[in-house]
Amino acid sequence: MTASRDKFGRPIVVVTGMGVVTSLGAGKTDNWAKLTAGESGIRTITRFPIEGLKTTMAGTVDFVTVDPFFCSPGLSQRLAEMAAEEALEQSGRGSKGDFPGPLFLAVPPVELEWPQRRELSHDTGKQELDYNDLLRVCGGGKYNSYHRRFTFGSVASYLAETFGTKGSPISLSTACASGATSIQLGVEAIRRGETDAALCVATDGSVNPEAVVRFSLLSALSTQNNPPQGASKPFSKNRDGFVMAEGAGALVLESYDAAIARGAPILGVLAGCGELTDSFHRTRSSPDGKPIIGCVRKTLADAGMTAEQIDHINAHGTATPENDKMEYLAISTVFGEHAGKIPVSSNKSMVGHTISAAGAVEAVFSLLTLEHQRIPPTINYETPDPTILFDVVANKARDARVTAVMSNSFGFGGQNASLILTREPI
Amino acid sequence: MTETTSATSGPAEVWITGIGLATSLGEGPDANWNALEQRRINVDEKNFAPYVVHPWAPVNLDTQIPKKGDQRQMEAWQRIGTYAAGLALDSAGVKGNKEILGRMDMIVAAGGGERDLKVDSGVLTAEAQGNSDPGLLNERLMSDLRPTLFLAQLSNLLAGNIAIVHGVSGTSRTFMGEEVAGVDAARIALARIASGQSDIALIGGSHNGERRDLLLLYEFGDYNLKDKFAPVWSRHEHSGFALGSAGAFLVIESRAHAEARGAKPYARLTNVVADMSRRKQPGDMKTTLEKLWSQLGKLDGGEAIVTGATGAEPATSEERAFLSEHPDYAVRATGTVFGHTMEAQFPLGLAVAALSISRGALFPPTDSSGVEIEMSKPPAQIVVIGASHWRGEGMALVEAIK
Repeated sequence: MTASRDKFGRPIVVVTGMGVVTSLGAGKTDNWAKLTAGESGIRTITRFPIEGLKTTMAGTVDFVTVDPFFCSPGLSQRLAEMAAEEALEQSGRGSKGDFPGPLFLAVPPVELEWPQRRELSHDTGKQELDYNDLLRVCGGGKYNSYHRRFTFGSVASYLAETFGTKGSPISLSTACASGATSIQLGVEAIRRGETDAALCVATDGSVNPEAVVRFSLLSALSTQNNPPQGASKPFSKNRDGFVMAEGAGALVLESYDAAIARGAPILGVLAGCGELTDSFHRTRSSPDGKPIIGCVRKTLADAGMTAEQIDHINAHGTATPENDKMEYLAISTVFGEHAGKIPVSSNKSMVGHTISAAGAVEAVFSLLTLEHQRIPPTINYETPDPTILFDVVANKARDARVTAVMSNSFGFGGQNASLILTREPI
Repeated sequence: MTETTSATSGPAEVWITGIGLATSLGEGPDANWNALEQRRINVDEKNFAPYVVHPWAPVNLDTQIPKKGDQRQMEAWQRIGTYAAGLALDSAGVKGNKEILGRMDMIVAAGGGERDLKVDSGVLTAEAQGNSDPGLLNERLMSDLRPTLFLAQLSNLLAGNIAIVHGVSGTSRTFMGEEVAGVDAARIALARIASGQSDIALIGGSHNGERRDLLLLYEFGDYNLKDKFAPVWSRHEHSGFALGSAGAFLVIESRAHAEARGAKPYARLTNVVADMSRRKQPGDMKTTLEKLWSQLGKLDGGEAIVTGATGAEPATSEERAFLSEHPDYAVRATGTVFGHTMEAQFPLGLAVAALSISRGALFPPTDSSGVEIEMSKPPAQIVVIGASHWRGEGMALVEAIK
């Protein structure tokens, strides 16, 4: 196909570079080998004490160092940097430190953390203290680096400077759909003709005590701590929640014309993206599934495709009782009989839920699925939920003809976003 | 909505058709406008001393957030924002219009919610008194944190609450990154409408300045205004910002969409531009402001500038140097009047600019340093500036509709 515009007259958006880091390892090669071998990256948390926690495992990334001090935005930044470096190297677009397009970054919300609070507390010299005491010792420049580190724009600011992206870098959060949103923003900018390249990065390094407690208090996490590798059970009858995890995914998006003009490798096509908000509840989906159904339909319409043209679904598949049920309801409503014939898999069974990063991490895995014509398994699928009649790629990777993948992301706050990725322009 | 606009058609004209303001000066366009005209400023130098803050003016929350259960699920910053978003939808005449709300874009500029200060202090006190149990933090947090507090703290849950309370349920995106998040929210929403990717959007942000955890974050960089209030342009001796409390939302839509439903515009949103100066050398930020100014479009001169200048240094001095090269412009600093509302400051500036244009007058100066001059004619163009205290610069051009 030689047309550089899609059937709606918009520039076709292609992927020319991608990078990924998860608890399985750094880089596409390592991740793909382990993912298709059905390995789990979930392990018992060693980063901080786990006494008193109901959930004691996570997909932490423990093999990187964070300078100058460890904290969640520091780790998020390092993971994002690694993924972006890999994506830019593969793409070859721009030159080192000079990428000719904007940055769209999905990043967890940032706040001061306990080690810093303790440092201030110690500084007060008091044995009984409140925020007024902390305020008295925090100024004067001693902790200037904490302002830089714990403002919301800090990770994007660093990445924009490091990679020389153009314009105002956008830091965004749409909860568990953030990664998909970062890609969507890039697709839209290229379609508008504002740019012919965009760097879309999504990262999450936020496994810290308070984050675990917060999700735990919302009863969102699996408590099947032993063995940790068995905890994440998407689509199983005995699933009991998601497993927090860390990672990052990065995509270099370009217009088809720009990629062809410089002879760049085309790794896949961002054929469609869609989103639709659920206004039912802060953490639960509308019981009729209409917003998710609408999101999936909008995405198909945006790509100009029919459900029959999708031959694999990279599911959101968090393994919470609610998500997997609603995802099946939506897919089976939209896809009809075809729903039971499409191989479905959840990467989260192995890498856990990388939250802000998940949409981009799973987009990378979807593109690798297209490249290798091999679908990673959903592990821990021993006791299928009899009400979820997906063709789950159970426990072992499956070779299959895959031309178009739908990747779903659904999050707290009614955030629903889906992507369709294809090998060739449609 | 599937994008079907052909690439050859020109950009759509975009109008501001709804304004929602709930600030330290009151709620709604009239209360805020009257306060601006009377040069009234609501500032608190005592309760957070030595820090100066602008407290939110109380409202009857029930009028925009009817369910008490919804109010309880939110922290102050979300209530302020959800309230102001409702005012904007009312102002645009789309409140309750399910057909429009169901396809409306929403881009919210947000920080995060307030921590439970008692829980934090309790843990730190226990540790300071020698409790070195490794599980102490986990156990205290598990037992002391309100289970749904997290939802009142999550950045994207302001948008989530607006969806739940007001039914805005087309798209929902939350941008973070302090001041410039508000610029980018307007920039992306405008680009989507201008290009035909969308017809109508709700944009804005909210901020609660009465928060010790935020004062702490900014005091790391010595950014808070201390002891005594002074206008933004008169803080050379004691630089800094006084955190403000405000929700500022706007409904923007294509002219065709507004005309088809008979909506009246306040003003046109002609352009929004943004960049991130590296701010490595003195003058870097000023250079970026000059570049953005040149990208705005045709400027007639002798008009007005509404800036969110913070009072923090060196950013405010750089901006002042930039402004001094445009001495024929009547400048107004929203930071003097409303305080610094961080993510909400740029939407607040857009709202105040649109109000000024629709009322055919710029509000009077609140400054004796010479930066802000009188303006007697009705403004036809207002440039809104949002240069952040640390990173990110943006501008918008708001114009009268001819």
